[in-house]
Amino acid sequence: MEPFRSVRGGGVKAVLAASEAELLRNLVAQLMDLIEPESARAADLDELEMLLQAEATSTPTDPVLARLLPDGYRDDPDSAGEFRKYTELSLRAAKHESAQAMLGSLPEQGGKLHLNADQAQAWLKSLNDVRLALGTKLGVTEDFEDQWDKLGQDDPRRTAFEVYAWLGAVQESLVRALW
Amino acid sequence: MSVAPAEVERPVDQDKPTPGKPWVTIVWNDPINLMSYVTYVFQHVFGYPKKKAEKLMLDVHHKGKAVVASGAREAMEHNVEVLHGYGLWATVHQD
Repeated sequence: MEPFRSVRGGGVKAVLAASEAELLRNLVAQLMDLIEPESARAADLDELEMLLQAEATSTPTDPVLARLLPDGYRDDPDSAGEFRKYTELSLRAAKHESAQAMLGSLPEQGGKLHLNADQAQAWLKSLNDVRLALGTKLGVTEDFEDQWDKLGQDDPRRTAFEVYAWLGAVQESLVRALW
Repeated sequence: MSVAPAEVERPVDQDKPTPGKPWVTIVWNDPINLMSYVTYVFQHVFGYPKKKAEKLMLDVHHKGKAVVASGAREAMEHNVEVLHGYGLWATVHQD
């Protein structure tokens, strides 16, 4: 990959290898499956069921979802529940929309990538969501490089740590290009 | 007599904020978000100059959390919603 750089006249550009484009596409597709509101998945739900689902008030039990859709209040379950009731669906929808925009601007075979300001924001958010999901799954700490080093040569998590580190580098270059 | 925690029903509470107890937006440290990204988000969302955004980011990093904004409860809830959109770990709190 050629890291992101700012473009004169607006936007950012980068160059992706075909394998990198495919990796990003898979990761973002997984993210979309994860955050898609339940109601969007089952078209045959009746209106009452939709309404009940829309009123999710408890923290998701899946730690990855709990990290992507965190509580809005700490140590105050009632306020957190109320907040979630009013915001979770729209947060899911916004994350889904960003992910969709990122996929839409990702060249299928890799190669040159040119993002306008809106697309760059979508990439920024969705790359970060993918990092949050993967990092939470891996249980990374601030010393994730030490964690990575300590894995045995044949540890199956090595690849995931490598991907996580790469995503961090991509995200870093995008932030710097936008500054 | 002690002050009850903010567990009053939302509609009532919104109309009657406790005087002298401002609402704040808190961002908590997490091991995943990049320091550069968090700084960028503070600049982009709140319009803070880079220096202020960096100081807040370092507070989050070193102290575990930072108050990044204060004001009306609804405004703080809006902030938290926006920050969740960026994947930051933010909560509303009454100081």
